[in-house]
Amino acid sequence: MQASTHAISHPHLHEAHHEEAGFWSKYVFSTDHKIIGIQYGFTALCFLFFGFCLMLMMRWQIAHPGEPVPLVGLLLERLLGSVAAKGIVSNDLYNSFGAMHGTIMVFLAIVPLAFGAFGNYLVPLQIGAPDMAFPRVNMASYQFYVLGGVVMFFSFFIPGGAAQAGWTSYPPLAVAVPTEGQTFWLVGMVLLITSSLLGAVNFIATVIQLRAPGMTWMRLPFFVWAQFVTAFLLLLAFPPLEAAGILQLMDKVAHTSFFLPTGLAVGGNLANISGGGSPLLWQHLFWFLAHPEVYVLILPAMGIVAEIIANNTRKPLWGYKSLVYSVLTIGFLSFIVWAHHMYLTGMGTRIATFFQTTTMIISIPSVIILSCMFISLWGGSIRFNTPMLFVMAFLPMFGIGGLTGLPLGFSYSDLHLHDTYYVIAHFHYIVAPGTIFALFAGIYFWFPKATGRMMSEFWGQVHFWPSLIFMNLIFQPMFAQGMAGMLRRMADGGASYSMAKVPDAIGGLSPHMMGLHTYILWAAVGLALAQIPFIINFFWSIDNGKLAGSDNPWCSTTLEWQTPTPPPHGNFDKAPQVYRGPYEYSVPGHAKDFTPQNEPD
Amino acid sequence: MDIPYTIEARPDTGLYNAKLGIWLFLASEVMLFGALFSTYILLRVGAPEGYWPHGWLNIPVGTVNTIVLITSSITTVMAWASCKMNQFGRFKLFHACTLCLALTFVGIKSYEYHDKFVHYEITLKDGKIADGHLVKRTADEVIITGHYVEDRKELFDLRAANAPREHHELTIPRAQIAKMENYGPWHSTYLAIYFTLTGLHALHVIGGAIVIGFLWGPGSKLWKTDPERFTNRIEVSGLFWHFVDLVWIFLFPVLYLL
Repeated sequence: MQASTHAISHPHLHEAHHEEAGFWSKYVFSTDHKIIGIQYGFTALCFLFFGFCLMLMMRWQIAHPGEPVPLVGLLLERLLGSVAAKGIVSNDLYNSFGAMHGTIMVFLAIVPLAFGAFGNYLVPLQIGAPDMAFPRVNMASYQFYVLGGVVMFFSFFIPGGAAQAGWTSYPPLAVAVPTEGQTFWLVGMVLLITSSLLGAVNFIATVIQLRAPGMTWMRLPFFVWAQFVTAFLLLLAFPPLEAAGILQLMDKVAHTSFFLPTGLAVGGNLANISGGGSPLLWQHLFWFLAHPEVYVLILPAMGIVAEIIANNTRKPLWGYKSLVYSVLTIGFLSFIVWAHHMYLTGMGTRIATFFQTTTMIISIPSVIILSCMFISLWGGSIRFNTPMLFVMAFLPMFGIGGLTGLPLGFSYSDLHLHDTYYVIAHFHYIVAPGTIFALFAGIYFWFPKATGRMMSEFWGQVHFWPSLIFMNLIFQPMFAQGMAGMLRRMADGGASYSMAKVPDAIGGLSPHMMGLHTYILWAAVGLALAQIPFIINFFWSIDNGKLAGSDNPWCSTTLEWQTPTPPPHGNFDKAPQVYRGPYEYSVPGHAKDFTPQNEPD
Repeated sequence: MDIPYTIEARPDTGLYNAKLGIWLFLASEVMLFGALFSTYILLRVGAPEGYWPHGWLNIPVGTVNTIVLITSSITTVMAWASCKMNQFGRFKLFHACTLCLALTFVGIKSYEYHDKFVHYEITLKDGKIADGHLVKRTADEVIITGHYVEDRKELFDLRAANAPREHHELTIPRAQIAKMENYGPWHSTYLAIYFTLTGLHALHVIGGAIVIGFLWGPGSKLWKTDPERFTNRIEVSGLFWHFVDLVWIFLFPVLYLL
């Protein structure tokens, strides 16, 4: 699939392809960062779809508690057994789906897609490197990821099903649930953490060591900066969760009491344990990872958005240095905000005060980044192609997600909102129409680099507009439900909590609030349908899309577009020399409106 | 294009790739063990007054193991220096010592583990507690060398002036036993964190020994073809080994002395 004349003019490119013998060594056990990136991307998209399907079944159960799931109900019963008797999502199964939806979306879908796929494919290209610093470590990272995913997926089919204690796996509940789903979850997490660790070491070493001559720190594309900071978060925040995972595994398997307090009763009986442990300890260790993890989810997305904005506004990013310093500040601060997830645990108001303060401070660099991106649009001659549409939607969607987070960052307003649907709406606005939209934008944008063909513009728009509308229809009502007091994680969607069947009860949820569940269900179904054009467009365009026509169809400045398409093993025909910053668009006096980084003066 | 700086250092960072890689990996290891040490601190400050054990571990044995590991770190440096000085024979000798010392460490650690697993606390039906090492166990009775205590609290601080010190052979009929539990990780949070920390550390020792063993044995063929790359491998594996050593330098006082 030699799409460009440029590539064909280099005969040794074909030799490089001949060296890679066989399907297995080329696509399965490859050490080439581009193949590994594509492997990550494909696997992560499959998990994204799977996690989304779990959510659809949960939304059905919430809107129609106790009714068999249409279409797939019988299949569920045959696959999972008694937990899905008569095709009904039982409470236990709902809990499993909830826990695994979160786990899969965070650890198996978004992070591998944003970091593993886009990072692997683009970072070495953008810094002018031939590959990652440690190609075999890179391959091992992907293999650990797949192994972790297999363990997680397999846990649905063991007796009792997958983990049920939420993606946060709070003990004592997580340890006390008598099935082995949690053990699988912990083993899977240890594998996934190992994968992230190997990836993070590789990314940092690559960016520090393998930048091309002339690629100084302040000439790095913002995407590379975002991935660089993300790698540090993964490197330093994940090990405490690995420690916590090992400790909970000890609690589960060796019957220790790290997280089990003295006098713990399970099912009315005193548990046969030594006691003396601390449930709060788990939460500290977990959130020490999981708050930086939030930035792991968003920073690569911001990197993608920055690249696409600069390219499609045809002007430099506004405030490149502010963006870089902000992303570094976010990286540092994200390690000292974790306990804002724990205001209601009784850890004490003084500690809460500290974490409120740091939480408000970290919103400043986030706002700077978003502002820079908005200002970058100002006065630009914007090209409204599909990637740009997704990016333009990212900005306000991330804004909504971010601003609705502020009331959760203050302990006094969090008292009311904690653990309600408001929280779900808040972080989904950041991750779903935020990060996932940015990832879609990235797929449309870099597709021609990986395949030499464009994805269909028309079907891209058919994908974009319904997705934007349905995303908002799904998550906007949840703000209202949450503020009305509807709690998360209830298998019947709060039907019994609403006291709808108790006459004259005071304080129950109104039928209007309960009724919103039905709207959300059908909006979710609509969102599912809106993804069909994307899936078809994606696979169809690999072989049949419009030829990109050149190695640089978007007329971009960064180095990944200055290679043959698709880039050969070793990436560049000759080692690139960098002469300028990443966003020299519309420089006055130049013949073209873009000046690639490797173009001499 | 080949990947640059796999052997020679990049001028502006002064590092070759693998050396930066291992330092980054060690940074994550610091966070891993840091979380476990934090766990130790939180469990200890959260324990009720008088119920955190003291003197449960054998300090002379721990001291010997500390010396063993420190010595192995010295031989590791000497092995690397020998490579740098182009003395392959001396390298083989020093890293043979490293491997022996690593095995010695694991051997002594297993002895200590074994000692805990045969140590039983037996609650009798009359409320008294027998505590000691198992001698023999039959269908009718359990024989241990140890002592009886009235209050469980007496078992926790073995350094206290009134701690039970005399050991007798005690024969306890099975019929009198209400609960019998050995000093495994399930016995108390102290033993839980002790086994977790030292177990994870021992896995690091074994992993490091496997890598060093490979470089000492089949991996040393690289010396003939690419001595500089081989020396780098010895340096990188040595850095890991020093880190494992350093973790023990923290573990020893925290678990044995404090």
